Amino acid sequence: MKAKMDRRLGRWALRPQSIPFVLLLPAILVIVFVVLFPLIFSLYTSFTPYRLTRPESLWTFIGLRNYRRIFTDLDFWIAFGRTILFLAVVINLEFLFGLLIALLINRITWGQRVLRTVMMFPMMFSPILVGFQFKFIFNDNIGVLNNALQSLGLTDQAIAWLVDGWLAMGSIAFAEIWMSTSVFAILLLAGLFAMPREPIEAARVDGCNNWQVFRHITLPFIMPFAFIAMTIRSLDVARAYDIVDVMTGGGPAGRTELLWTLIARTGYDNARMGQANAMAYVSIILSIAFTYYFFTRLVAARRYMGGAA
Amino acid sequence: MTEVRLANLTKAYGNMEVVHAIDLDIADNEFLVLVGPSGCGKSTTLRMIAGLEEITGGTIHIGDRVVNDLAPRERNVSMVFQNYALYPHMTVRENLGFGLKIAKVAEQDIGTRVTQAADILGIAELMERMPAELSGGQRQRVAMGRAIVRNPDVFLFDEPLSNLDAKLRVQMRTEIKKLHRRVENTVVYVTHDQVEAMTLADRIVIMRDGYIEQVGTPLEVFNEPANTFVGSFIGSPPMNQLDGIVRLADGDISLADGLSIPIPQRTRARLSEGQKVVVGIRPDDLAPRGHGIHDSEASAELELSVSISEPLGTETLLFTSIGGVEVQGKMLNPRMVAPDERMKFVLAVDRVHIFEAAGGRNVMIDN
Ligand SMILES: Nc1ncnc2c1ncn2[C@@H]1O[C@H](COP(=O)(O)OP(=O)(O)OP(=O)(O)O)[C@@H](O)[C@H]1O
Ligand SMILES: [Mg+2]
Repeated sequence: MKAKMDRRLGRWALRPQSIPFVLLLPAILVIVFVVLFPLIFSLYTSFTPYRLTRPESLWTFIGLRNYRRIFTDLDFWIAFGRTILFLAVVINLEFLFGLLIALLINRITWGQRVLRTVMMFPMMFSPILVGFQFKFIFNDNIGVLNNALQSLGLTDQAIAWLVDGWLAMGSIAFAEIWMSTSVFAILLLAGLFAMPREPIEAARVDGCNNWQVFRHITLPFIMPFAFIAMTIRSLDVARAYDIVDVMTGGGPAGRTELLWTLIARTGYDNARMGQANAMAYVSIILSIAFTYYFFTRLVAARRYMGGAA
Repeated sequence: MTEVRLANLTKAYGNMEVVHAIDLDIADNEFLVLVGPSGCGKSTTLRMIAGLEEITGGTIHIGDRVVNDLAPRERNVSMVFQNYALYPHMTVRENLGFGLKIAKVAEQDIGTRVTQAADILGIAELMERMPAELSGGQRQRVAMGRAIVRNPDVFLFDEPLSNLDAKLRVQMRTEIKKLHRRVENTVVYVTHDQVEAMTLADRIVIMRDGYIEQVGTPLEVFNEPANTFVGSFIGSPPMNQLDGIVRLADGDISLADGLSIPIPQRTRARLSEGQKVVVGIRPDDLAPRGHGIHDSEASAELELSVSISEPLGTETLLFTSIGGVEVQGKMLNPRMVAPDERMKFVLAVDRVHIFEAAGGRNVMIDN
């Protein structure tokens, strides 16, 4: 019986149309074990009261109780709202600065390559290191920033950059923007390079001044590139964890708590892994929503990018 | 009243001069065509008039203003680009109305003017489409519509038909001509197609390497080409050009292969004994006896052997050679021609052009 099965399997594997599957089998197996299996496992644990400290709790099925608890969990929704706000502010500012940088670099003719490379430096650092760097810049006692402000006589007392809720959030946003504005700058620059010259010239003959050319012709043309950057960055920022954890650890008193710092605290510090996984699944909805939104905008924009001009 | 006046107009990229101090007066409502081979500076000249290219030297007048330092938007010109340059993210309607919107024309005025232009060009049913959803010919119309809605002082066209197929090109050519009749504006039109130039122009400007070779009406440049370049550029098939030596005593010009033709009457006084010349013969003026040239005009006979014949229906092109130079003739009311058949050709000598061998200047033209 077994021998017969083996033979049949052997024959199937040698058929021309199955060769691609056979060749891909190792990759498929790896994906199943490192992605699919953990995914299913984490989804399952979100239906249990699983605690890292009590492994046997893994086998208690509690249905949707974790999810129901989230809906009444004020801390979660505050972190949720704060994440959206953080994301909106960071992405918009990055877009603005990225656009500015791209426009400037597009104008210069000398040293453009060097600048393009320099511009990417911040992206080459680990977010953890960027976090540490800004933690020391913004530190209220020994930080470079306060030191500079005080030496210049702009303020006579130490500003608690990482302690005050809004300031701390702003400082984190600053670090995030410093690190990743170049994503926008690079993609928008690519857009500017791809921009045909004729519509711009046509607009100038049609009566546009420089600002109107930018507003009505250049900007619409490079928006699809901005949407690509926004999709990438919204996924990135929605799962922001490392910089926040290093700079403030979500504190003080949860005033800079974002979704993923909250989830990590629930899962590891409080050991409530089942609850944390439920939160994670709810948070993913946020990422999906943003991605979907930007993607729709991108598709809409691509309608006219196809072959015209 | 919007004439355009170019005086000493010069353009250099770095230290490479591509337009050399050209002078040109374009009259109000005139349809002027700039024609010349690729790279001769037609587009550059046009773009300087539009204000898209900085002027290195000289002046440009539009109307009574010197526009050298005015931005394109201050010159009140419209331009149609070779690849149409439509705004890819706007519908046809928005493309047409964009210039008016920028000029802050009232909403309903824009509406009526856009509709009017769309009707003239027959694109009314395309108004809500994006440029990407249009065919080449339709894009071309939209580009023209965009130019006419603004009712500018001067229209500038840069090879607007060169991306269209042959049939559509002929059709659009007629439409451009009608359009000009209708809107009555000054037009500067760039092309490298001499047929387009001949059919559209009030006056033709023939350019080469950044110089103007000749300015004149289509018939003037055809009947009196200023030099060998204009002679070979205008007219299709191109003019045959043969080296010859003037023999005043015999009253003829000797060509290669022991052939000769009589000196055209009008040029006689301008030639000297032994002068080296280039004889320009249009294919229309060389035909087998009895096939297109009336006996009263036929004032020379050459016996030549035909290597190739190309029947075109109403006429057949005959290829022969004199002194190793290929020569084309035209046969009306054609009959079959055998390969390598020797035929008696007649020549309308009075329509033959004589150019100086050195420099190529037409001997009939002074200075
Ligand atoms: N930006 C530029 N930099 C340097 N040289 C240029 C530039 N633009 C054009 N030229 C040169 O100027 C000359 C005239 O160019 P132009 O575009 O006016 O030619 P054209 O007559 O329009 O030819 P075509 O029929 O191919 O369009 C060419 O020799 C070209 O190489
Ligand atoms: Mg050109």
